[in-house]
Amino acid sequence: MRDLFRGELVRITAEEPEARAKSEVRWQRDTEFHRLADSDAAQITSERKIKEWFEKQAEQGFKPERHPFSVRTLDEDKYIGFFGLWVDLIHSVAWVGIGIGERDFWGKGYGTDMMKLCLQYAFTELCVERVSLGLHEYNPRALRSYEKCGFRLEGRTRKDILREGRRTDTLWMGILREEWLQMQNGDLI
Amino acid sequence: MFDIQTQLFEGQDIRFGPIDHEKDPEIESKWTHDSEFMRLMEVNPARPMSAAMIKKQYEKLEKQVEEKKNLYYFTIRAKADDRLIGKAAVQWIEWTNGNGFLELGIGAAEERGKGYGTQALRLLLRFAFAELNLFRVSAIVPEYNEGAIALLKKFGFVQEVCRRQSLERDGRRWDLLIFGLLNDEWRNQAEPERA
Amino acid sequence: MKDVFTGKLVRLSAVDPEEMSKAFTRWNRDSEYTRLLMMSAQPLSSAKAIQKWMEKEMEGVSPTDFFFTIRTLDENKLLGGLGLNVISWAARESFIAIFIGEREDWGKGYGTDAMSIVLRYAFTELNLQRVSLGVFEYNPRAIRSYEKVGFQHEGRMRKYLNHEGKRWDLFYMGILREEWLQMQNGDKT
Repeated sequence: MRDLFRGELVRITAEEPEARAKSEVRWQRDTEFHRLADSDAAQITSERKIKEWFEKQAEQGFKPERHPFSVRTLDEDKYIGFFGLWVDLIHSVAWVGIGIGERDFWGKGYGTDMMKLCLQYAFTELCVERVSLGLHEYNPRALRSYEKCGFRLEGRTRKDILREGRRTDTLWMGILREEWLQMQNGDLI
Repeated sequence: MFDIQTQLFEGQDIRFGPIDHEKDPEIESKWTHDSEFMRLMEVNPARPMSAAMIKKQYEKLEKQVEEKKNLYYFTIRAKADDRLIGKAAVQWIEWTNGNGFLELGIGAAEERGKGYGTQALRLLLRFAFAELNLFRVSAIVPEYNEGAIALLKKFGFVQEVCRRQSLERDGRRWDLLIFGLLNDEWRNQAEPERA
Repeated sequence: MKDVFTGKLVRLSAVDPEEMSKAFTRWNRDSEYTRLLMMSAQPLSSAKAIQKWMEKEMEGVSPTDFFFTIRTLDENKLLGGLGLNVISWAARESFIAIFIGEREDWGKGYGTDAMSIVLRYAFTELNLQRVSLGVFEYNPRAIRSYEKVGFQHEGRMRKYLNHEGKRWDLFYMGILREEWLQMQNGDKT
């Protein structure tokens, strides 16, 4: 069976709340990152409070509807980002949120590698039927990466984001199990 | 497509930062012992506070930020060494009306007069108008705070209300002024103030 | 000494949370009333919820908040309420909010009478230096009433309120102790 946790550039891990908080405080301050990744207003939260959140999450333990992961580079073992899968158990579909907090690693293929690991996990371990995601229309780099991974553009909610006095759309994408399996070309085991 | 690259929380010499629960209470406690600063910042009677009291205050603030969703609070820190030099906030936010009140102070006396207030207000206004998408912001200032009045006017604030003799200090009464700035007015200003 | 709680048409009395909360649920259903009085959208709360909130607000004798009901002198009918909030004892300034709940009681001078009573209370019993209030541009009846009682216009916060797709100003008014005393010297009742 393939190694679920290793890609070509990155591996997935679970970081300690303290380490997560330290990085999160820095990433939160990078408002370009925040505005690419999120739709809520940029914020600054103390390291202490962020650590509390992560500790609470860690305490909750395994939950079948929520799967957060931290991501480290293979060569230098640097903690660069995260992704999370939220599963609707009744319908067996998952939503993914993904981000690279360390901007030095943008545009170098790390995100695509992360997403490939994420999809592999979703389809072969969580066994869902489809994975969905949303992204900002002003994030073309992400759009290209997701298309490379097999996501298809399914629609857009018009002008639902207001920033810097301008309204932009949210794009919605999805990939189905069959589509993903076909991309693997029978090389699953 | 449009400017999301320019950092919202980074100024030239200062930045907005989180509360440092270990280091900040001691520093802010010192500010509260500076009655000149407190009388510029606060309408309530100036009162020195211990680090322990400030710590409790920070906890209450963070709780309010999380629960009430009507406050965004920032520490102002020097970029060079991340030391705490002031605080900034958008408070009393009413979302359906698109209103917020600004609060800003450079607590460390030795840091005043260096243009940090201007840098901080610039960041705060961009946050309020381009991220929170507020329609207007207000600021309440005692008439004797000439520094704040000059700073607000620099950014295009209009004096809208004069609450006559609302304050009594040092045996005489003072007016409290309310300044307002609309999102459109801020947006139409020359680039240098908005950058 | 004068009875500080009695006027020509009305008197001020204590708030009974049970009676008041029931009245609130009736009055709050009139959206013209709520838009004249409140800054932003109001939920329609149950009498029980309102009563609980009131009892909590009125726990103990507050040094800063004074709540009254307004009742007619002839029939002791509950007309509305009055809240006086001392925002600073050092500055001796308070804010006031007044409301007449039943629309058939509007425009009969009850509000003006109640306001004169409470100003006397503020200046001769609480010994305040000034009383302030905010009133909405689209509430001319209230503005005239406050002018009659002696409040001076102090400015307006532009386009503060957002209703029906238009923006409206919030007027500030205030009356100083000396001004009120001067008005009394004119009529030694």
